[in-house]
Amino acid sequence: MMRKSTILRSFISASWLGWKIESNWTDPFLFATYSIIKPLASATILVIMYSIIADAQFSNPMFAYLYLGNAFYQYVPAVLSGISWTIIEDREHYRTLKYIYIAPLKIPMYLFGRGVAKFLTGSFAVFITVLAGFLFLKVPFAINEVNWGLFFLSLFLGIIMLALLGLLLAGITLLTARHSYFIGDVLASGLFLFTGAIFPLEILPAWLRPIGYALPITYWLELIRRSLVGSVAKAFPTFSSLSNSTLLLILVATSLVSGILGYFVFRRCDYLARERGLIDIATNY
Amino acid sequence: MLMIDRIKNKHSGFRLFLMTVFGRSYPRIVGMQREKSWLFFDVFIPFLSVAAYVFVYRAIGAPEDYIGFVVVGGGMTAFWLNILWSMSSQLYWEKEQGNLALYIISPASMMAILLGMALGGLFATLLRATAILVIGSLVFNVSYQLASFWQLLGIFMLSMLALYGLGMMSASIFLLLSREAWHISNLATEPVYLISGMYFPVKNLGFWGASIGSIIPLTLGLDAMRQSVFASGPSLGFLSVNLEITILILLSVIYIASAKFLLAYIEKIAVKEGRLTENRR
Repeated sequence: MMRKSTILRSFISASWLGWKIESNWTDPFLFATYSIIKPLASATILVIMYSIIADAQFSNPMFAYLYLGNAFYQYVPAVLSGISWTIIEDREHYRTLKYIYIAPLKIPMYLFGRGVAKFLTGSFAVFITVLAGFLFLKVPFAINEVNWGLFFLSLFLGIIMLALLGLLLAGITLLTARHSYFIGDVLASGLFLFTGAIFPLEILPAWLRPIGYALPITYWLELIRRSLVGSVAKAFPTFSSLSNSTLLLILVATSLVSGILGYFVFRRCDYLARERGLIDIATNY
Repeated sequence: MLMIDRIKNKHSGFRLFLMTVFGRSYPRIVGMQREKSWLFFDVFIPFLSVAAYVFVYRAIGAPEDYIGFVVVGGGMTAFWLNILWSMSSQLYWEKEQGNLALYIISPASMMAILLGMALGGLFATLLRATAILVIGSLVFNVSYQLASFWQLLGIFMLSMLALYGLGMMSASIFLLLSREAWHISNLATEPVYLISGMYFPVKNLGFWGASIGSIIPLTLGLDAMRQSVFASGPSLGFLSVNLEITILILLSVIYIASAKFLLAYIEKIAVKEGRLTENRR
């Protein structure tokens, strides 16, 4: 019983702390503006690239595929950075990581909690990007055809999966120096290639595709697309032979493997960081 | 001569300036070799990100030159990230760490410190940009049609001069900032990729869009480089190469002169308002 309350307390307190840190540096209007400019710019790059080559044929399923994939992919850097950057922020900026370590809380739950703020701002950015696509770029969308159950279930599973991957990255961050920018963002931009977020996996050379098939993010994005615009997902052959429930099962299985890997990598890195005296290190260069 | 002997010898004037540049760039160059994870996160992963944009073009059936545009643009993003995170917001980080006050009270010039940061960062950034360009060109079979090597080198050097001048100028503005420094740096990533045409010819933003984007020296530098190395470059270019070179020279002079002026001016304001040691956590 006591264990449960520690877990919950660690998560809730960290979520509140994370939200305050993330949002209290400016007024709400400026905060909202900052939260949407970056994702909209990122989406606009793809829109321009597409419109130059495809002569602005936005009704083509390829456009909806890349637009929605890119929009929901924003959760990946948000959650990965939200959790892993906490290590650098607490260790080197606020210099509180050693105090967090000796406090009666669960470090993984604390890290998940600190990631909540980035998840919330990420959700806002995803919503705005998707809305802009539906309103201005003719991304096909019919509210009565959306499979809401599948959408929310996939979204929930995906966020849990991303949080566990964030834990893995946080573990690695415990052993590395501060990088000048968010390594969660950098890693997410690298995974962009393999997850079929902005192009179907068939475009990749055959020897690279297995990496995409091994990543839970690939299945998560496919499920999100299917739940919102089923016709678009069916236009591409990658997963057309798989039913929604099969995809869900694969998502759960690959997430479980990632989760177990994330937990054990974090534990190992945590041990090494304590052993090497890295918990309160400050790097400057 | 050992480093400690060099430090023991007191210098002033231009020699002090040079030693400061050397001293501030040294930890960046050495740090690069000591922290191996930087190679993975700064060189290998960004290449994957560039590859993703290449495959988008392949997926929508773009002409092959566009693949080259992405590879060259992807290489140049490294310099912009270096300006944002290792120049501009670095002063905010130095302030939080307590180093900034030490810089100010030392007899070393702040321009020299910024130049040292720039040169040290340039070493790592060149490695990243070269890796993206070389690996990207080989993997994606990019074919170049080089008009003049010396012109290309000149455009690159001018772009770097103007870009790092802008970096030094913005670093001085960041002296006044607190936590918003991170948010501004974060905000200036994708929007600048957009207005600079990192992944597409900037001409497609229209005259006014491309003109606004030209405030960032990478925009014209990248456009001129693309015109110099790709067969279809001149037809997709924004302005003529000669005009772009002239504007880059102007931007270099304006940004470096402004950096010197702003640094002195904002340092004065920051001292007056007590913001050099301020720590609004």
